[in-house]
Parts: sequence; C-alpha cells; structure tokens
Amino acid sequence: MSTIEQAETDRGLPIKAVPVRHPGRWVAVAILLLLAAMAAHSLVTNPNWRWDTFSEYVFTKVVFQGLLKTIWITAASMLIGIVLGVILAVMRMSPNPVVKTVAWLYIWFFRGTPVLVQIVFWVYLAQLYKYVSLGIPFGPGFIFFNVNELIPIVMGGVLALGLNEAAYMAEIVRSGILSVGKGQTEAAEALGMTRGKVMRRVVLPQAMRIIVPPTGNELISMLKTTSLLVLAGITELFTTVQNIYNSNYQQIPLLVVASMWYLVVTSILSVGQFYLERRFGRGVVGSRQQRAKRRLATMGPA
Amino acid sequence: MMAPNPTMTYPANGSPEPVGGDRIAIPGGGPVPMVLAEAVHKSFGHLEVLKGIDMAVMPGQVAVLLGPSGSGKTTFLRCINHLEKINGGRLSVDGVLVGYRQRGEKLYELRDREVAERRRHIGMVFQQFNLFPHMTAIGNIMEAQVQVLRRSRSDARAKGMALLERVGLADRATYYPSQLSGGQQQRVAIARALAMDPKLMLFDEPTSALDPEMVGEVLDAMRDLANAGMTMVVVTHEIGFAREVADTLTFMDAGQVVETGDPREVIANPQHRRTQDFLSKVL
Repeated sequence: MSTIEQAETDRGLPIKAVPVRHPGRWVAVAILLLLAAMAAHSLVTNPNWRWDTFSEYVFTKVVFQGLLKTIWITAASMLIGIVLGVILAVMRMSPNPVVKTVAWLYIWFFRGTPVLVQIVFWVYLAQLYKYVSLGIPFGPGFIFFNVNELIPIVMGGVLALGLNEAAYMAEIVRSGILSVGKGQTEAAEALGMTRGKVMRRVVLPQAMRIIVPPTGNELISMLKTTSLLVLAGITELFTTVQNIYNSNYQQIPLLVVASMWYLVVTSILSVGQFYLERRFGRGVVGSRQQRAKRRLATMGPA
Repeated sequence: MMAPNPTMTYPANGSPEPVGGDRIAIPGGGPVPMVLAEAVHKSFGHLEVLKGIDMAVMPGQVAVLLGPSGSGKTTFLRCINHLEKINGGRLSVDGVLVGYRQRGEKLYELRDREVAERRRHIGMVFQQFNLFPHMTAIGNIMEAQVQVLRRSRSDARAKGMALLERVGLADRATYYPSQLSGGQQQRVAIARALAMDPKLMLFDEPTSALDPEMVGEVLDAMRDLANAGMTMVVVTHEIGFAREVADTLTFMDAGQVVETGDPREVIANPQHRRTQDFLSKVL
C-alpha cells in the first residue's frame, strides 16, 4: 500500500539521483596539475631563461616596429591571397576549359613549389628581368619600369606570400562554394536573379560558413610564415629579434619575446574568427539565435 | 529524335513575322496560352527524357501533371522556366519563347540577364523548398523583391508580411528556415514566389518531402491561390488535389503525354492502359 502511495506522490517530480563517479578523471587532473606546476617552477627558477633579458626587450620600440611590419605584411599578403583565391576558385569552376586549366595550373604550381623558393624568386626578380615594359605583346614597348623600383624588396615579399596563399585560398573557397546545394542556385535563378547576384547574395554567404575556419588557420599560419622573409632581410618581427640576438647572443629570451607577440596577435585573431563564424552561422541548426529562441519557447507564454 | 542544336530553326507558324518582337504568333489570333509546348524534346546525353510534349495551359487554369517517377514531368516543368534547356520543339510562356529569341527563321540563345528577366515573371516552388537558410522567413521573401525588382526595403517588407499573413505565418517572420517545420517552410517558399507578382506558378511535387500531417496546409495554400485565379502548373501525386482544383489533368509516361483532359473524367474513366495501371496503384 505505502509503496503505491509513494509512487503516486512521486509522479513527475524531478529526479534526484547520485551521479556516476569518475575517479579516473580525478587522477588525470592531479597528474596534469603536477606537470604544469613543475613546468612553471622550472620557468621561474632556471636562471638560463634570462627573464631579465626578456623584459629588457619585450616592450622596446624596435620590437614593436618589427611587430607592426609583420602585421601589415600579413594583412597585405592575405588580402592578395583571398581576392586572387576567390577569382581562381571561380575560374576553376568555369565552363570554359582554357580558363579552368589556367586556374588549375596556377594552383598546381604555387602549391607544388616551396614558399621559400617563391620568396627568393620575387625578391630577386630583378636578376631575371631588369625592366618590364608596357607595349604590344612580342612587339615594341612604350613605357619601361625598372623592376627594382617597381617591386621593392618588401613588396616582393608580400607578393610572394600573397601569390602562394592564393593557391591555397582558391581550394578553400572552392570547397565552400561546392558545399552549397544546387537547389539554392536554382531557387535564386528561378526568382530572376542573375548569376553574379546568385553568387554574391546566396552562394557566397552560405559558403562563408565553410570558408571562415580554414581561412582563420591560413591567416594565423601566414602571421608566422612572414618570418621566412628573414631571407630577404625584411625587418619584420622575427628578423628584428634575430638582429638583436646576433649581437648579444641571447637567442632564447629573444625568441621568447617574438613567440609571445605571435601568441598575442594569434589570440586576438582567434577572437575575431569566433565572431565571424557566429555571423555566418546564422540560420544553422544549433546556432546562437536558435538556442536563444528555444530558451524563450521553453519559458512558455508570458 | 532531334539533335541538340542551339540554333535550330522552325517553320514559320501562322504569320511569318514574330508578333511584337519576341512574341510568337497564335494561328487564328485566339487567346494566348500562358504555357504552350509544341513537340518539346529534351535529352540528357543519350537519354531522351522528353519525346515530344504538346501542351497548352490557358491563363487562369490549373494544370496538373501526373505520372510515374521518371516519366519526365519534373523535367518538363523545369524546362518551362529554362532551368533545363530544351533540345527540340518550341516552348513559350505568355506568348514569349523560353530561353531563345527568334529573328526570322533563326533562334538565338538568350543571355544570362535576359533569361533572368523572363524568369522573374514565373514563380517556382520546389520539392525541397530551397529556402535560403541564412535569411529569415521575411528575409527570404524580401530578397528578390529588393535585388531583382528594385523595390524599397520597406515596400518589400510590407508585401512580404501581407503574403506571410495570407499563408498563415505572420508570427514566424523572423524565424530562420531551420526553425520552421517542413509545411511552414513550403508555405514561406510559396510566399517568396508570390512576392514577385508572377503570372505563372510552377509547383514541383510541393508536398512530396512533407510529413503527412503537413500536406494539407500546403495544399490549402495552393487551393487558395488557384481560387484567386493564378495560372498554375503542378506536378504532384495528390490525386485528390487534382480532382478538386485542377482544370486539366495531363498523364505522362516515358517522356510522352499519354492522355489529357478534365481531371474528374480522366481519374474516373482513364482511356489508356498505362493511365489505368498508374491510377489503380495510387488510388
């Protein structure tokens, strides 16, 4: 009798149950915390890290100038990479076989040769071509440019990184465009939109959701790839700290200085990426507005 | 079978000059059909999907296309707004050739912009709805009004809200498609097509992807539209809808029209064996 009454009164009440214990997790946490403490301890107590040298240089003007140069070279190269990448992606999907093949060859070449070689090529382009001219193809030229003046060393570096990046961006953009179903294009065309409009208003905004995460990867990777410009003597962040430790022989603290700044910029970019992903994730199942709306719905009518 | 040929020529039909530029001539000067198909052929590679379709839909009529899957009815529907290019015959909407311009005996393919211009007068509703997932319901309905018809955003919004009201979804205006049920999405898709003030609506199996309890709400919206005098071509398996709403029923099989006529007549009294077989399976 009493058990039945008990069951009656318990109907629909929230469950209060003892959760499953996970002793393995606690052991893992203990081990990880121990290792972290040991690492921190050695960082602080080992004098060879030379934290005094680190703090001496970390906020110096010359390091900031290097950082600034790294940032604008990254931005400029990525801009070239993204714009050219979108063009190449659209070219690769063109019905015209020549256009398609040219895009394919570009991607094949720039992905298939080391970026290091490409940097050297563009920076020392003047050794191959002293002048470029505007004029009739294969015929006489009218205006001549000195290649060294037309493409200063920094621009050579930016061009090398940007042209290389375009090959990778092309594939990222293409995968994004391909991820949008054919029905979307047809629906937009059936509404009377021209092909360009269909691409801009319907396909690319949806493709962005697929394009943004790998592009964030590329941007962060580009930030660090700029350090290869040390080859061309361009005084970006890495070359700057290298110049310093070449004179004081304190390699490790100065490399920590550079790494710290790379980390700072990467962190800022990651935050930006989070907001971009949220922006282009609109309307996708499980996105932020949807969860908010569901919360409202479960609260019931007011 | 006619060979695919972008510059195919036709014998002049009736008067030798096209009436009013791109308008086709109607022999005898009768009313212009909203859709006129004459011996329409369509092949995908070596597969001939449409083997000479003849059909006329007059303004204000509701024509239902019925037939087993693979019979070519969806392909024919898609040809009407040039989502598929026909390989032979001629097809016109409101007296204007679809996808081509005729000058004398010669046909010229239309440019992307011209095709788009003609499509804006033809609404289309898809089996899979194909709403734009990155826009809200009202955003979906406003998009082409603003981008194609160049209406102001406030006009487009007012028109969109009125249409959502009409399909019973005014309270869902700010929802994204993924937050709507299938039936609601399809009703938004109908509203989106209607926002362009089309003179012809094409429905490609609009209820086939829906759960059974949502079929009714979409058919109701379509019935209202038919009652309001919209010219409609509907590919569907809903025999009941065909019987109640349609003015003509066309039964297709293997890329050909088997029979066509008054829907009640065809359903109750099919003349051809293939129609009888099909109806006995679906009824």
